[in-house]
Amino acid sequence: MDINATLIGLMIAFVVFVLFCMKFVWPPLNNAIEERQKKIADGLAASELAEKDLEQARKQADDELKAAKLEAATLIDQAKKRAAKLVEEETQRGHAEREKIIASGYAEVEAERNRVREELRKQLGVLAIAGASKIIEREVDAQKQSDIVEKLVAEL
Amino acid sequence: MAADGKMTPTEYISHHLQNAQIGEGFWTVNVDSLGMAIVLGSFFVWLFAYVGRKATTGVPGKLQCFIEMVVEFVDTSVKETFHAKSKLIAPLALTIFVWIFLMNLMKLIPVDFFPLFWGLLGITVASGMGKGEVSEGAGVIARAMDHPWSYMKAAPTTDLNVTLGLALGVFVLIIFYSVKHKGLGGFVKELTFTPFNHWALIPFNLVLELVTLIAKPISLSLRLFGNLYAGELIFILIAMIGLFQLPLHFAWAVFHILVIILQAFIFMMLTIVYLSMASEKH
Repeated sequence: MDINATLIGLMIAFVVFVLFCMKFVWPPLNNAIEERQKKIADGLAASELAEKDLEQARKQADDELKAAKLEAATLIDQAKKRAAKLVEEETQRGHAEREKIIASGYAEVEAERNRVREELRKQLGVLAIAGASKIIEREVDAQKQSDIVEKLVAEL
Repeated sequence: MAADGKMTPTEYISHHLQNAQIGEGFWTVNVDSLGMAIVLGSFFVWLFAYVGRKATTGVPGKLQCFIEMVVEFVDTSVKETFHAKSKLIAPLALTIFVWIFLMNLMKLIPVDFFPLFWGLLGITVASGMGKGEVSEGAGVIARAMDHPWSYMKAAPTTDLNVTLGLALGVFVLIIFYSVKHKGLGGFVKELTFTPFNHWALIPFNLVLELVTLIAKPISLSLRLFGNLYAGELIFILIAMIGLFQLPLHFAWAVFHILVIILQAFIFMMLTIVYLSMASEKH
């Protein structure tokens, strides 16, 4: 357990190791650590920024969605109104058309009837005259038969 | 030592506490302490430099992670305590911490393994060097333990020379930093005019301050040496009690894991503290 030259040898070794450590060990390791710390810090900052961006984008998307919904609702409303109006118009037009057709039908039928009646009246008058002539051939009494003819004509 | 190779307890203990030495007087070199210290120190710088050279700033591997953990731990300790700017202090602390840790770690090798390995190597490659106290007829182990190479010890920090060497290195740095930050005049003034600021008390102050100064490396080295040497002694004592040594060895080794790390940490921390005290202006 004496103090001897080992002491000197060890001190030299100590100095050499410390110098070696200072030159070749500490700087690369410390640089690596510090660089990584910086990287991590940058990454964290970037992620925070991205989070903010995402929040903003989400908000924007939300807003746009709301606007789109509103627009869609308005459009549907308009379409409904328009459809209702169209149906109303179309119905009215249909009604009018129907009325018109019915009216023209009536008029035609009326005209035909009038025409036929006129025809019939004419023929009846002729027939009546013919009948009357026959009767007169037998017994001519114009005075007596005229009221019959008049009655016939009035009945037609 | 008896011719049949049986060691008495005293011989066993003194054999295991003896360093393998070369040289005479002061110029003796403890081959085992210095050799192991250099091997372990080289291993440390090689490992850390290797990892440092391959270090990526991206996702680190497991080894790099571990190394960086150690580096960061040391760096944090330094930054918390040492406030002046210095490029030396952090690598110094790292070297001290890891080197001492590795040297302490060698204590977990069972006390007989290392001497036996070297003794066997000795009788194989250099059988002529045997002290000849054990006859040729004795067992291989007895002959191996008789060989001078069997004095090789695994843990360098159980050698006072090693711990004192480290502490003196730190001591030189303490003086260097004191002079650097306070100037030579400031350093001398600190030694002579504190704690009592009067010219008549200069001798008294000087004695007081010198004791304070010199106590630093002494306490630093003796603390480490004492802890490790005592632990080693206990290991040796446990090794002599036969079969019951196994659980006891285990328990003491587990306890020593704590001592190994703690002593390395204390040495590093006190170095930082002393150097920060040296570089602070009053």
